[in-house]
Amino acid sequence: MKKRLKQIYIFLIFIFLYAPIATLMVLSFNSSKTRAKWGGFTTRWYSSLLHNAAILKALSNTLTIAFLSALVATVIGLVACISFQYMKKRNRTIMIGITNIPMLNAEIVTGISLMLLYLTLHLRFGFFTVLLSHITFNIPYVIMSIMPRMKQLNPSVYEAALDLGASPSKAFFRVVFPDLMPGILAGFLMSFTMSVDDFIITHFTKGPGFDTLSTKIYTEVKKGIKPEMYALSTIIFGTVLILLFLINRNPHEKKTAAAVKTT
Amino acid sequence: MNKRLLQAPYIFWSAAFIIIPLCMVFYYGLTDKTGAITLQNIMTITDPEHAKAFFLSVELSVISTIICFVLAYPLAMVLTNLHVNQHSFVVLVFILPMWMNFLLRTMAWQTLLEKSGVINGILRFLHLPALEIINTPAAIILGMVYNFLPFMVLPIYTVLTKIDENVINAARDLGANSFQTFLKVKLPLSIPGIISGITMVFVPALTTFVISALLGGSKILLIGNVIEQEFTQTGNWHFGSGLSIVLMIFIIANMVISELTDQEGEGFGI
Amino acid sequence: MSNKLIDLRNITKSFDGTLVIDDMNLYIRENEFLTLLGPSGCGKTTTLRMIGGFEKPDSGQIIFEGTDITDLAPNKRQVNTVFQKYALFPHMSIAENIAFGLKIKGKSKAYIDDKIKYALKLVNLDGYEKRKPDSLSGGQQQRIAIARAIVNEPKVLLLDEPLGALDLKLRQDMQYELIRLKNELGITFVYVTHDQEEALTMSDTIVVMNQGYIQQIGTPEMIYNEPENAFVADFIGDSNIIDSIMIKDELVEILGARFACVDTGFGNMKPVDVVIRPEDVNLTSPDEGTIQGEVTHLIFKGVHYEMEVTANGFEWLVHSTRMFPVGTKVGISVDPFNIQIMHKPASEDEEAVAIDE
Repeated sequence: MKKRLKQIYIFLIFIFLYAPIATLMVLSFNSSKTRAKWGGFTTRWYSSLLHNAAILKALSNTLTIAFLSALVATVIGLVACISFQYMKKRNRTIMIGITNIPMLNAEIVTGISLMLLYLTLHLRFGFFTVLLSHITFNIPYVIMSIMPRMKQLNPSVYEAALDLGASPSKAFFRVVFPDLMPGILAGFLMSFTMSVDDFIITHFTKGPGFDTLSTKIYTEVKKGIKPEMYALSTIIFGTVLILLFLINRNPHEKKTAAAVKTT
Repeated sequence: MNKRLLQAPYIFWSAAFIIIPLCMVFYYGLTDKTGAITLQNIMTITDPEHAKAFFLSVELSVISTIICFVLAYPLAMVLTNLHVNQHSFVVLVFILPMWMNFLLRTMAWQTLLEKSGVINGILRFLHLPALEIINTPAAIILGMVYNFLPFMVLPIYTVLTKIDENVINAARDLGANSFQTFLKVKLPLSIPGIISGITMVFVPALTTFVISALLGGSKILLIGNVIEQEFTQTGNWHFGSGLSIVLMIFIIANMVISELTDQEGEGFGI
Repeated sequence: MSNKLIDLRNITKSFDGTLVIDDMNLYIRENEFLTLLGPSGCGKTTTLRMIGGFEKPDSGQIIFEGTDITDLAPNKRQVNTVFQKYALFPHMSIAENIAFGLKIKGKSKAYIDDKIKYALKLVNLDGYEKRKPDSLSGGQQQRIAIARAIVNEPKVLLLDEPLGALDLKLRQDMQYELIRLKNELGITFVYVTHDQEEALTMSDTIVVMNQGYIQQIGTPEMIYNEPENAFVADFIGDSNIIDSIMIKDELVEILGARFACVDTGFGNMKPVDVVIRPEDVNLTSPDEGTIQGEVTHLIFKGVHYEMEVTANGFEWLVHSTRMFPVGTKVGISVDPFNIQIMHKPASEDEEAVAIDE
């Protein structure tokens, strides 16, 4: 009885979380152009999506920004994590505190502060300013993913590599780096996700004429969202779902995860 | 490798893109157009229009935070008891929705909540009164809970899974019944998770302008909407920055409180 | 000391289809120090957790002072547990930890304060009331865990590998401490360990377990000197276990040579296992020994020398205070009462024998 109750509770929350997603998926097959009415099943929006240059441009912007910002943030974040090891404890605490600011601060304030910076520097708003902003809010996620692994790292392993004749850089890339890899990967994926999902900071730093999917949707909200947008979202969501399914089924992945746990 | 060289990139980056921009918010917030120092921008919060938006924001975000907590804690407990061997699976269930754009997901609630929408269809079928919350503060609360619930669930879940099962067993062993065990051991041990959950829900809820824009119609203004308009429509950065400072004071107070509680609970996170 | 305090009857338990305990029968007497000893996965911790109430047996009964407590919740049982890795409440001070059980029972403040003082004195940690668990060393946390359990005056104290996380020196000190505590408190201890030395040092009764079966129950002396099967002999201390043939009562053929022994009733010309402890192997000049061999390894161990002697195709492990250099030709003799004869298991399955008392 108690168990039943728990199951029902989980089920209801699950519905709550996924009902809107299901709704959007249904809307992507709705032949009526308004979302309020069901006009019958169609795959029309999926084919017309291919000819909608504005949406495709926003998609490519989103993915390019996400990939580049995640990449740069991962490199900077990794170097930052390593450099934290060499800092005095007090300086490290300060740096980690600063790192936490964008995560704890309101996104709207972060967005505004970056906007003011770019305005003062007379930067041209567009791709570049959005990229810089995304790198900035991604770095904390990378550091947050790598730091725990860094702390678990056995310093003797690095020293053993040096002892066995490896140069410091070789010792790092051969021995330490593979150990950090899961954290680095997690940081990259987290950054990529955050970047794709971001709206608020992009909204303040994009300037006119440049759009990611999020900002495009926001401007469409008032005019009515184009059904192609639902189709695209369904495709993205489906792709991620399938990818995750494949990764979770891959036994090799589990093995490495287990191996990593024991180190 | 030179150690200083390693430290340089991030120190530079955080100075340029975190510290300096924040200083600029303070600069604009504390000066007027001529550059003279003034508190006038901050005082615009007392302006009836602004004050109303601010108090509504506080009210709605407090309510949503409470609802999130009430929903999330039992959920996290149930999830912990599932003993899902894949810890990551639980996290996944809550992260996955992020891959559907959050504006669209929030919009979808409009479709669900509409007079002739799915939810009212079900309610009518059950002979229950129709739900007419669209474009009301209630819809905004729903949107907040919907968007931020995972931020409450995950930290509490993480903290609960980290509690040594034998600590719970020890309480039982020493004579505590399940309720006493919960009250005296489980709940106090999960406080760090609760605090970080509250922070992670309260701050974005307090400062949102998107959820209110999408679900509140155009009539309900939150403080986030006011600030957003100052920057993107009115173009008064001084006012906008001043109001942002007010927000930050709130956020910092929140952070300090949580930091203090965390200090007390040092050694919690085993 | 003869009253049955806890009686486990026909207990069976499996996890996810794997049998962990198979039809176990065991009783624990009042005021005894009973140790469940065995390798990991033998079912010893599961047995303890069933007595504590944290696991329910699939079938069978647990009787406590004549009452069936099989389905009783842990908080209703008159036993307390000292958990592996202590399981102290990290958010409470030492005093609050110790007071936990008493507060639940609604004891008066004066009583509780008294008890805390008494318990801390008992475990030699006076003055630690205000400290937090994580400011204490492993050994100190261990003592607090014991104090927290005993203030509730349980009839039985269950200890789950309590010394496992401590270093060797501390572990030895704590062994004496536990014996002292047990004597002072006069209650029953049920102790789980995989460390045979711990078991031999502290116990009144040792229960050797393997793969869910009880292999042997007995005093430390019995377990050490008269192991009932090869598993027990191998698990407890070093030993030479040799395939042999029981010629007749009191005569056994080991590696082709005949040795006098004291065991009877194994039948004539029956294959058996013989256990000879390394310290019971006497090295002599070649002509004085029952069989002859050559020393192949020699290690100084402090108290004694450890040698390996190859004789009749078997490598004998020998402990002796006399040193025989590698290459020395020696004779081997064994006193009849030091030869322990054991039945051979009839099949692989029977290797783990269920023994009813």
